[in-house]
Amino acid sequence: MAMREFAERGADLELVGIHKRFPGFTAIEELDLTIPAGSFFALLGPSGCGKTTTLRLVAGLDEPTNGRILIGGTDVTATRSHERPVNTVFQSYALFPHMTILENVAFGLRRRRIDDPAGKAHEALRLVELDHLAQRRPQQLSGGQQQRVALARAIVNRPALLLLDEPLGALDLKLRRQMQLELKAIQEEVGLTFLHVTHDQEEAMTMADTVAVMNKGRIEQMGAPEELYELPRTAFVANFLGQSNLFTGDVVGATDTAIAVDAAGSRIVVPTARAQRHSGQVTVGVRPEKVELHREQPVVEADRNLIGPGVVTDVSFSGVSTQYLVEIPGAGRVLVFAQNIGFGPAAAEGDRVWVSWAVEHGFGLEDTPDESRFQADASTSAIAAQHRDALVAELEEH
Amino acid sequence: MSGEGQAGAVLGGLAESEQLEQRPQPTRERPRRGLGRWLLPTYVTIAFAFLMIPIVYTFVFSFNDSVKSNIAWRGFTFDKWLNVCNVEGGAVCQAFGNSIVIGLVATVLATTLGTMIAIALVRYRFRARSAISLLLFLPMATPEVVLGAGLAAQFLAVGVPKDMLTIILAHTMFCISFVVVTVKARVASLDPALEEAGRDLYGSPSQVFWRVTFPLLLPGILAAALLSFALSFDDFIITNFNSGSVSTFPKYIYISAARGIPAEANVIASAVFLFAMILVITVQVSRAAREKRLAKLS
Repeated sequence: MAMREFAERGADLELVGIHKRFPGFTAIEELDLTIPAGSFFALLGPSGCGKTTTLRLVAGLDEPTNGRILIGGTDVTATRSHERPVNTVFQSYALFPHMTILENVAFGLRRRRIDDPAGKAHEALRLVELDHLAQRRPQQLSGGQQQRVALARAIVNRPALLLLDEPLGALDLKLRRQMQLELKAIQEEVGLTFLHVTHDQEEAMTMADTVAVMNKGRIEQMGAPEELYELPRTAFVANFLGQSNLFTGDVVGATDTAIAVDAAGSRIVVPTARAQRHSGQVTVGVRPEKVELHREQPVVEADRNLIGPGVVTDVSFSGVSTQYLVEIPGAGRVLVFAQNIGFGPAAAEGDRVWVSWAVEHGFGLEDTPDESRFQADASTSAIAAQHRDALVAELEEH
Repeated sequence: MSGEGQAGAVLGGLAESEQLEQRPQPTRERPRRGLGRWLLPTYVTIAFAFLMIPIVYTFVFSFNDSVKSNIAWRGFTFDKWLNVCNVEGGAVCQAFGNSIVIGLVATVLATTLGTMIAIALVRYRFRARSAISLLLFLPMATPEVVLGAGLAAQFLAVGVPKDMLTIILAHTMFCISFVVVTVKARVASLDPALEEAGRDLYGSPSQVFWRVTFPLLLPGILAAALLSFALSFDDFIITNFNSGSVSTFPKYIYISAARGIPAEANVIASAVFLFAMILVITVQVSRAAREKRLAKLS
């Protein structure tokens, strides 16, 4: 099945009940995912969470143990990599070192025998503003230029689906920001479906229409970036996507609109609509920039949660904002981000303070942090490394 | 003959031509005084003289107007160069031709098989992979006399008559080991993502091999082929056991050494030496030119 034609537009991708088992460990466990045509979708997760494996399955570089992959409604599970209307921008760029930039970009076109490959390759290079380097070799280009060539080499084929495997990981911060904007602009211009894999939460949130947070081979939560940030459903999402203050306690009161949780003596109220569980032990949280710091005990208001007093244990000033760490007996540590509206930090280390936030800013999780907090990145990568070692050991035995 | 040494130099050139980065410049040392100033140059001169004298001797005596033995200098002539094949019914040229044919066939066979084995050993995980890796080293580690005698015994046992074919088989056998070792290093340094990119960009398995994998392995494969040819062309011991009545160049020299090597043998040896030198110099010059071109571009 040689595709002699360009895809008309982006196609939707559907993953149905995907499992991927390597000897000794499971990389993906029961994954169901639908990505609508023309969207910019980000798979976000720590290393070893299965996001790159997902990408390789879609590209056809690995086969799923179970499940089906559909692109534009057509089942492509049994087809091989070169038969799929999919192109990948590899993490290492994987430009062919023995070819010129032009030949690199024209490679896919020539394999599909599309008319005027050189002309179309020049056109794609103009899109990434590198046409003047068409006759150079990849090793003569800088990292950022190579990245753009890799992108041109993929989009010149007008695939129904473009896969991006952390393509910005090797770039420095400034170049990365610039490339993020360019990528987004190109995606809107050519209207392809982008599937972007990254461990950089900021990158995922700035670029994607929809973000899926992946952990240990399954998707924890999926939605628009604002939704994921403002209303995380699990402790993993609450901590992987930005930072959160979490409090665990039993539900001590409930009305139609709110539930109250007793977290070691402090009563914390969360809107019912923003809580996943409404009885028993519940973990509630709030983002640190929503929390306000008080140097004197404020008057208790009905629509605000107030806890304290506590002691400021750390103050770090970062120009735009100041980050305070407040140790509150019973409730634990509370992180506060305060805008520097006045001059400098408002409280010093050792000060006695109270913290408060609007009830509507709180959220209730469906699990408790003990399962995943503080082990997010370390544990998954450690597990992955451990599995890899086991796999290698197993193979060496044979 | 110093075929292996020459091949080594060519290989070095090929390997270096791959590296585009600038090598660090050696730091300037403080001027040496007294004994040290003379010791090293003297030592180097003597070492070079020791290495070069046999080659120079061979070269000079290819112009000797010898009659029977080529030991005493009897005057300068171009006759031996112009009429190489006219002595002893062309036995020298016959032996030289055999060596070339054997070398070429064995090189093609060993390079093809060895490259395939190297790719399989690096890219695929299978049963007995490490055992095969180890066994491939054996022909390199085994003394040639043992290898030659062992093969001869096998050919005798199976009843294969000794001729060109048995020599080619023997040479292919020991060349494969060197090819595998050389190409394996190249395959191991090849990023698998490049082949994946080829597949991703609509390349069928054979297109990916010929357009991505093979061109990238080519320097290693060429180096392995040169090494194979040099080893095969040079080999005397294994050949002697398995050649029957077929003469090769090293065998011819060995046999005629007993009654005085004809000057024609010197002619061929010198020609091979000159050819190898030209090859090395060409590779070095083209490398320097390429570096200059690249430096200008970037």
